[in-house]
Order: sequence, then C-alpha cells, then structure tokens
Amino acid sequence: MIDSASLLAVLPELVLTAGGLVLLLTAAFGGDGTARVVNWLSVLTLLVAGLMLPVSMEHGPLAFDGLVRADAFSIFAKALIYASAGAAILLAPRYFAAGGAVRPEYPVLILFSSVGMGMMVSAGDLLTLYVGLEMQSLAAYVLASFMRQDERSSEAGLKYFVLGSLASGILLYGTALLYGFTGSTSFDGIAVALGDGVGKGELFGMVFLLAGLAFKMSAVPFHMWTPDVYEGAPTPVTTFFGSAPKVAAMALTVRVAIEALGPAGLDWQQIVIFVALASIIFGAVAAIGQTNIKRLMAYSSINNVGFALIGLAAATPAGVAATMSYMAIYVVMTIGAFACILQMRDAQGRPVESIASLAGLSQSRKGLAAALGIFMFSMAGIPPLFGFWAKFLVFDAAVAAGLTALAAFGIAASVIGAFYYLKIIKTMYFDEPATAYEARGGAVENVILTACAVVIVVGYLLNPVLDQASAAAAASLF
Amino acid sequence: MIGLQHYLVVSAILFVMGVLGIFINRKNVIIILMAIELILLSVNINLVAFSAFLGDLVGQVFSMFVLTVAAGEAAIGLAILVIYFRGRGTIAVDDVNRMKG
Repeated sequence: MIDSASLLAVLPELVLTAGGLVLLLTAAFGGDGTARVVNWLSVLTLLVAGLMLPVSMEHGPLAFDGLVRADAFSIFAKALIYASAGAAILLAPRYFAAGGAVRPEYPVLILFSSVGMGMMVSAGDLLTLYVGLEMQSLAAYVLASFMRQDERSSEAGLKYFVLGSLASGILLYGTALLYGFTGSTSFDGIAVALGDGVGKGELFGMVFLLAGLAFKMSAVPFHMWTPDVYEGAPTPVTTFFGSAPKVAAMALTVRVAIEALGPAGLDWQQIVIFVALASIIFGAVAAIGQTNIKRLMAYSSINNVGFALIGLAAATPAGVAATMSYMAIYVVMTIGAFACILQMRDAQGRPVESIASLAGLSQSRKGLAAALGIFMFSMAGIPPLFGFWAKFLVFDAAVAAGLTALAAFGIAASVIGAFYYLKIIKTMYFDEPATAYEARGGAVENVILTACAVVIVVGYLLNPVLDQASAAAAASLF
Repeated sequence: MIGLQHYLVVSAILFVMGVLGIFINRKNVIIILMAIELILLSVNINLVAFSAFLGDLVGQVFSMFVLTVAAGEAAIGLAILVIYFRGRGTIAVDDVNRMKG
C-alpha cells in the first residue's frame, strides 16, 4: 500500500529524484553553458533534501510495508552522504575547467548516485538493498569514466564496471540463497528465520552477501579495484568515491549485519574481524611504496575501512555508534585531504599527482602545507586531532566487547600506517623544494579546506552532538 | 523427478562459469560482459526455483527487478567500452594496464 506517510518518509529521495530529473533536462536543452547553474542548483537540491530529513524521520521508521526505513540510523548516514556529495560537486568545476569543459552531467550523476545511496542506507529488505546499491553503482561507473578523452579515466571506468558488476553478482547470489533458505527477503523476516539456528544454505548466503558488501566498501580481500579506480578517475570523482559511497556501503553493511543477520552474530563476527584486520594491515603496508598521491589515498581508505569495521566486529550498540562516528570523522578528513590534492596544480593549472612534487610546499604555499599536514596527522591518529578520537572510539568499543587482541593488532598496525602519512609531511617540510604549484587556490576549495581543517582541530567541541547522534543512530538498530 | 537441488546445482554451475569467464578470459572485454550476464541469470534461476518451491511470489518479483537492472548495467557497460575503444583502439583484456601497482 502506498500511503502519504510512506511517501513523506522517503521525501529526501523524492526531492533528489525530482531535482535530478529537472536538472538533467536543463542540461540536455541548455547545453554545456548551463554547467555552473546546474552545479549550484544541485548543491541546493542536496541541501533541501537534507532539510527534509527530520520530516522523513517523523513519518518513519517503517515505510512501504517495511521495504524502507527512515530511522535515526538512516538519517545520520544520509546527512553525511549529502554533505560529502555536495562537497564533491563544489570542488569539481576548477578541475574540469583545466581538463577541457565543465559539463553539467557531473552534478546530475552525483544526485542520482545520492538517491541510490539514500535507498541503500534506509533499506529494510533485500530488494531495496539491491536496487539502491545498483542505482549508486551505475551512476558511479559513469562518473569514473567521466573524462572521456583521458585514457586513464576510461580504463578506470571499465575496471570499476567489471569488478563492480562482479560484486553485485556475488551479492545477488547471496541474497537469492538467503531468500531461499529463510523464506523471506525482509530483514526482520530473515532475522526471525535465523533465530532458530543457522543452516548451511543460510551460512553460504550470508558469506556471499558480506563478500559483495566488502567489495563495495573496498575491504580486503575485495579491494583490488580501489587503487586503479582512485588513480584513474578524475580527482573530484575520487573525492566523491572516497567519501559518500564509503559511508553508504558501511552503513548498509552495519544495518544488514545487525538487523538481518543479528541472530547469526557469532558467525559473521569472525568474518568481520578477519576483514577488518586484513584491511588495516594491507592498507598500511601496501601504501608505503606509492608515488602517486591518489593511489596512496586509495590504500589509506582501505586502511580506514578496516578501522571502522572494528566497531562493527564488536556488534554492540557502542560499537555501531563508534563505527558511524568513525565514518563521520573519516569523511571530513578525506574531503579535506582531497581539497588539498585538488590544489596540486602546476603553473598552467594542470593537475599534478606525484608525491615528490609536494617537496618544499611549506615554503611556496604555507597554508596548504599546514592544512595537508593537519589531515595527515589526523589520519595517522595523532592526538589532539579528531582522527585520534575516531580510532579511540572503535578500540574502546572493541575492548569493551572483549576483543582485546583485535584492538591490540589494530593499534600496532596503525603505527605502520603512521609511517606513510608522516612521509608526506616530511616531503612537504624538509625536502628540497620542487617546482612550485599554482600560487593560489580557488575560493570554494579554500573555504571547504578551511572548514574541514577547523573541524579536525577543534572537533572535540562537537563531541556532545556527535556522541548523541551516533548513539541514537545505533540505538535504532538494536 | 526434478527437485529444488537440481535447479540449485545448475545455477551454481552457471555462476561459477560466469566468475571464471571474468578471471580466466584474456581476450576480449565483451566476453566479460557476457559472463556478467551469466552470473545474473544464474541468480534468476535460483530466485525463480526458490519462489516456486516456497510457494511465495517475492522471488519472481525479485527476478524481474534483476532483469531490469541487468539491462541498465549492460547498456552502461557497453557505453564505457565504446569510449574506452575510442581512446585505445583495442578491447583486449591484456591491454587494460595503463595503471599498475
């Protein structure tokens, strides 16, 4: 039954869909000249959708007979997703202007992808899960190959498409098995069926489902697409991939694990622990030899997903809250770091990606060097920056749940990870200066950069808000 | 008598063939697209078989969604393949190696 309460519960998605369609037509009829307008209107659409979130929650938590959920958890994740999608749109025009034309399809695709991500995080049924995931992925494949003339971009799109489709196939096989052996596609129904014991077929389905989700969050052992896609995709698109879809995939995994597979907790807990540890260690070790900053950020994202999964491994409300807080802080750090990377341009305005070119940045661009330094220290988890608090929360939850060994390994591996973050800082501050970058960054870039840096430095003032929001989000799952 | 497990075995075989088609194939990206379709169709066999044996329509509805999404996915895959071919003049899998590491 479609009733008005259900429609109001998905109001943010409706706003995004309508906005996206109107802007797509504007772009189609108006041509590339409309790019700037469409850019700003897309951000406005995201903002309006964000303002609709409280309305959608009032009419939740269940909508469309439980297919969709509008609870505190989905609101938390959607707020993060919309904010990072908006940042990815705002950061883009200067980059695309240097590489040819600014095209209006870019913000529209991000809007469509955001609709999909919204559906992912509020899925209450395997069907909504699959459709949301595909909506997000299909837009993302196109975004990765957005610079059509660039060989690396089209190769990134092709690789992302093939491996992403494989992941969807694996996930889908898992959902089919889960449906067959539990007799239901709704998360609640699956949880009830798993309550009286986990059979072989259900276990198989669960493993396939989790493997597909691990692919989407780029967790080891399903991470192989990440470095290539991050490197090949245009940098604003990489900014997007590093933030919003990561949050959506992580939130979806948490929801599936707790709501649908909750009774099988002991079975998936060991999978999550393995994936978390493998991601942390692999992400830290493989990043060391990288020379391209976008590739380095790819390994860094693998590493961070591992840390966030530690919270899920705890499988407690505190652990889930820690995971969501981790993602919030991670998104701020990532967008800030990419706002710095986007400013790495030579004197003609062309993007530069090698880590070596950062040498001597502390002399030519003091502010930029300081900001990148802050983000790197924060990602390394050095107090008093906010990144430390994120790590502290997940380790605290893991220890409280009795996973002391996991926390110990995680802390040890985060020391390995600190090495390559510190290497960037060393390059910027202590190496012989390389060719200087363009003297000034764009105004919008600088605003986003400064905002992220301020949040990372004085983030502790936000703790009461973040703690409350993440605790409410976690409580709505249990 | 053909039971549920026969359908599951056929579907599992198709699924494995699809996955192997992606990883073993070294010639042509179009074959990869076919392998992806094979995976999705194997899932559909599963869904419809389960749906029939459970006496529950949800599985068949699900398979219609999968078919629809698969069509969109194939369209996007071919589009990306076309721009890739324009830039490189080849669609051999071994040549997809501009980035390594």
